[in-house]
Amino acid sequence: MSIDRRMFLGAAGLSALAIAGRTSLDVLAKGGEREAAAATQAGVRWAMVIDARKCLKEEGCTDCIVACDRAHNVPRMPERAHEVKWIWREPFENAFPDQASRYTAEALQGKPVLVFCNHCDNPPCVRVCPTRATWKREDGIIMMDWHRCIGCRYCVAGCPYGSRSFNWVDPRPHVKPLNLEFPTRSKGVVEKCNLCEERLARGLRPACVDACREKALTFGNLNDPTSELRELLRARYAIRRRPELGTEPAIYYLV
Amino acid sequence: MRDGGIILGGLAFFLALITFPVWYNLAAGTTPKPPEVKLPTEEKNCVAAVAYMRRSHMELLTSWRDQVVRQHIRTFKAFDGKTYTMGLTTTCMKCHTSKADFCDRCHDYAGVKPYCWDCHIDPKLAPLTGYPLGASPPREREE
Repeated sequence: MSIDRRMFLGAAGLSALAIAGRTSLDVLAKGGEREAAAATQAGVRWAMVIDARKCLKEEGCTDCIVACDRAHNVPRMPERAHEVKWIWREPFENAFPDQASRYTAEALQGKPVLVFCNHCDNPPCVRVCPTRATWKREDGIIMMDWHRCIGCRYCVAGCPYGSRSFNWVDPRPHVKPLNLEFPTRSKGVVEKCNLCEERLARGLRPACVDACREKALTFGNLNDPTSELRELLRARYAIRRRPELGTEPAIYYLV
Repeated sequence: MRDGGIILGGLAFFLALITFPVWYNLAAGTTPKPPEVKLPTEEKNCVAAVAYMRRSHMELLTSWRDQVVRQHIRTFKAFDGKTYTMGLTTTCMKCHTSKADFCDRCHDYAGVKPYCWDCHIDPKLAPLTGYPLGASPPREREE
């Protein structure tokens, strides 16, 4: 049997298709494996659980806020429009607009809830940052590089929790007392909670967790099934802020 | 060369005119001297050789910054095998305690204005009064 031009071209085309198909299958299969590996990898995923009832025990307590502000040189601006916040208190119905009904959660209505950056799994602020000044670390912390922030405030607009503040004026004169070990920020950059990554790097717990006398804040590794954090989440019903947005916050509230 | 005298005279006058500041300063003895920085007394070695630090400390600091902030690497192995925690205020300025006597003297002389201290705090500015690492949490409210 002799091969004519037509058959040869057909066979060549089919073989090329077979090779290309096999290669792309291999590539796709590997991608799948990689994703699966990332999902099951027992790495660290920092998270926090806040017991709202314990937090409310001492009325008007601001221990965690003071500790955070002093650890990170968070200014107290005289003008509300210039306010800079890392961790602050928000009325329950503002923090959880989807949870507040007239009768349920009556015990929590109007009561302050501790709020700060949720260190989301799917952070909108990171997606919109044009300079990669903010990014998600492997351990889940949404980190900021203030050297790189250009002050465009896309992230402020992107964050559905209001966790980011912009420095409209030089904050240094309003920081007191100063902590030498941590920088202040300059005018024109955005800042927010960094989950005390500078303390974690030295094996310390976040400042707010250490400062709380009621032990209302629990910090730990979400990927470790034996952690105190996971124990709390197993034992009690926890809610997160605005879960319907799909940002997957890592801050859980026991109510 | 009919106008040689005028041309050469003009050239000489021009040269004298543009080099006038040099002569003037030499004569008046106001030639700026290189800056004298105050070196630390208790520590003899920096994290790298002096010549390198003089020329490239800004590159070293930029690399420290990127490693600490973006790569979560916090220790630096120096040329002599010693390890340091990377940090401007926490490491460099432990020895070079005075920004005014060390950093500023060269920067002013060279006319450069680094923006490090827009955020990083000059140790002379404030004592360690905030909530430094390892301290017990501050309280505004009494027990």
